[in-house]
Amino acid sequence: MPVMTISKAIALALAEEMERDASIVVYGEEVAVAGGTYGATAGLYERFGPQRVLDTPISEGVIAGSAVGAAMNGLRPVAEIMGINFAFLAMDQIVNHAAKVRSMFGGQFKCPLVIRTTSGGGRQLAATHSQTPDVIFAHFPGLYVVAPSTAADAKGLLKAAIRSDDPVMFIEQATMYSERGDVPDDKEFVLPIGKSDVKRQGGDVTLIAYSKTVGIALKAAQQLAAEGTECQVIDLRWLRPLDLEPVFESFKQTNRAVIVEEGWGTYGVGAEVATRLYEECFDYVDAPIQRVAQKEVPLPYNAELERYALPNVNDVLEAVKKVL
Amino acid sequence: MPELVPMPKLGFDMAEGTLVRKVKKEGDTVAKGEILAEIETDKATIELESYASGLVRGWLVDEGQAVPIGTPMVVVAAPDEKVDLEALRAKSGGAAKPSAPAAKTTAAPAVSASAPATLPGTARVPASPIARKMAEAAGIDLRQVTGSGPHGRVVKKDIEAFSKTARPTTAPSAKSSAAPVAITAEDQALPLTKLRQIIARRMVESKTTVPAFYITSEIDMAATMALRKQVNTLLPDERKVSVNDFVVKAVALALRRFPNLNASFGGTQIIRHGHINVGNAVALESGLLTVVVKDADYKTLSVIASEVKGMVGRAREGKVQNADIEGSTFTISNLGMYDVDNFIAIINPPEAAILAVGSAREVPVVKDGQLVAGWRMRATCSADHRVTDGAEVAQFMQAVKQHLEEPLRLLV
Repeated sequence: MPVMTISKAIALALAEEMERDASIVVYGEEVAVAGGTYGATAGLYERFGPQRVLDTPISEGVIAGSAVGAAMNGLRPVAEIMGINFAFLAMDQIVNHAAKVRSMFGGQFKCPLVIRTTSGGGRQLAATHSQTPDVIFAHFPGLYVVAPSTAADAKGLLKAAIRSDDPVMFIEQATMYSERGDVPDDKEFVLPIGKSDVKRQGGDVTLIAYSKTVGIALKAAQQLAAEGTECQVIDLRWLRPLDLEPVFESFKQTNRAVIVEEGWGTYGVGAEVATRLYEECFDYVDAPIQRVAQKEVPLPYNAELERYALPNVNDVLEAVKKVL
Repeated sequence: MPELVPMPKLGFDMAEGTLVRKVKKEGDTVAKGEILAEIETDKATIELESYASGLVRGWLVDEGQAVPIGTPMVVVAAPDEKVDLEALRAKSGGAAKPSAPAAKTTAAPAVSASAPATLPGTARVPASPIARKMAEAAGIDLRQVTGSGPHGRVVKKDIEAFSKTARPTTAPSAKSSAAPVAITAEDQALPLTKLRQIIARRMVESKTTVPAFYITSEIDMAATMALRKQVNTLLPDERKVSVNDFVVKAVALALRRFPNLNASFGGTQIIRHGHINVGNAVALESGLLTVVVKDADYKTLSVIASEVKGMVGRAREGKVQNADIEGSTFTISNLGMYDVDNFIAIINPPEAAILAVGSAREVPVVKDGQLVAGWRMRATCSADHRVTDGAEVAQFMQAVKQHLEEPLRLLV
């Protein structure tokens, strides 16, 4: 299996899908000639030409709004919004149009649209450009939200998103583009929609994470294993539809869970998952479920403070100690 | 002076009660005689009347909490009186107000040290849901387990460790002695009601600790049947007398002559009860209750009849009063209406005996060498051999028989 970076895996998935289906178009800020801010669309403009790979003005409303129209009219756009913080400028187009077209038109229209965007902090971009508001988009029925944690998942999940007839927010993590991993070269490597994935087996504590925090949870699990505590690490992959069956199954064995997310904990992924665990597995609870999340402040610019505010391996170790 | 209303003693073997519902909330005014709360005892749910008037200043215990008798539950005082609720709450073992979790943890061991043998799960022991469930399944009383979790919380591994090292040492409960039951998809698992739990516990206690023996007599009921028919023509419907009412009166009079059967075994002594209070087992949808005719030996048949009718009615409506069910010294279980020939009842501890009564039937009998029609009823007395012996119970049965065979004795 070839080893490649996440940004290469994304570019590969895009190229394979564009080759397979001529209705797929890719556009956004700096995606064409420059090949994308993070190189995730590198080579597409040269290969598929300016008809299918377009640079747009700096207007997220136009990018998302035109993508909804294009999708309703038979194209399969993969639109890029450079940072998820800018997606707020396209909120109406995303949550009021993309998410609702199919149900409000009684199925006469569908909206096979992918919005690729970048989330997360850790690059000293300060409070407005470093947020992880993924759950905001996952709040809306009609909109699918997925965030890969590995290069292979990036390829398989992006292909699933492109092939979906419903709108998908495909959220990449800003500091992960250069992370490498084995990526299947099978052109039909398409991962299922709405299925989470067990990334490590263990019977003592269930760690639930997605996107960047999967790596953090895995590192914590490795350290804990050395101390004799085995963690089951579950990558949610999809925030909507949320697949918690493997979480319940694991929790019924471990009776303890820690949820790790990069965004703020209040109303977050951890809040949702913990509630579902209490609802479904109350009689299996042996310790209050713990959440690890970003400190409840606008993310600081100062590098030390930023590191302190973002969840890290130590935070996970502390939380696991609380449930043991 | 602030009044501290305690958990009342509502029955002579009551050690604690559960506060089911606070009828008056903090800040409500309450007048003497108004209902303050609902209390659940071993036997029934009972409304607690306030003997004080004033403002409900605060509850010292929580709903669902098992409270030992005499422990203050609620403070009733004038609005301007000084009351240190926190201190009182800590003493009563209620959950402290949110700011002070310490009170909760110090209260728990105090409960476990002196706890009487009550049902598992009724006292407030901090435990994780899975620990609670495992303890229940294994018949482990959580109060016997030392919690290793935060604030002394009993967690899964504590139950696992406890099951390995110890078996429950309390009086054997129905749960602990039962083998695990495999439940299939077609089966239905029903949680035990409080009443069912009590019945289970007490019947197991009786069967495993009371050395009972049984004596059956056949009683000629012809005279009683005839007298009842005659008496009932004179009485209005609500005072009509049943066969069982005759049995109650006959038993009560017989007990006067045999005080050892109107008694309890007290370890090193036998307690002969000063009153003859005859309990009558009443079948309810949720289980079994005993309604009690106090001083039955002094009451006329029609008084017994109307009392029993009233109490059974209240029991069936779930409105039983504490006075209806407390203080029984001897119990009658009568299944006559179900066409039962004869059966054996389990003694209701701490009573010394119980009488199981079958149906009065018209049967062929031999009289003076002739086969004739007659009325017969069989009754079996179960008695505690620690208190009484076979000959005594046989004579008691003779006395009962005599009273029922010559029922005019019951009228004079």
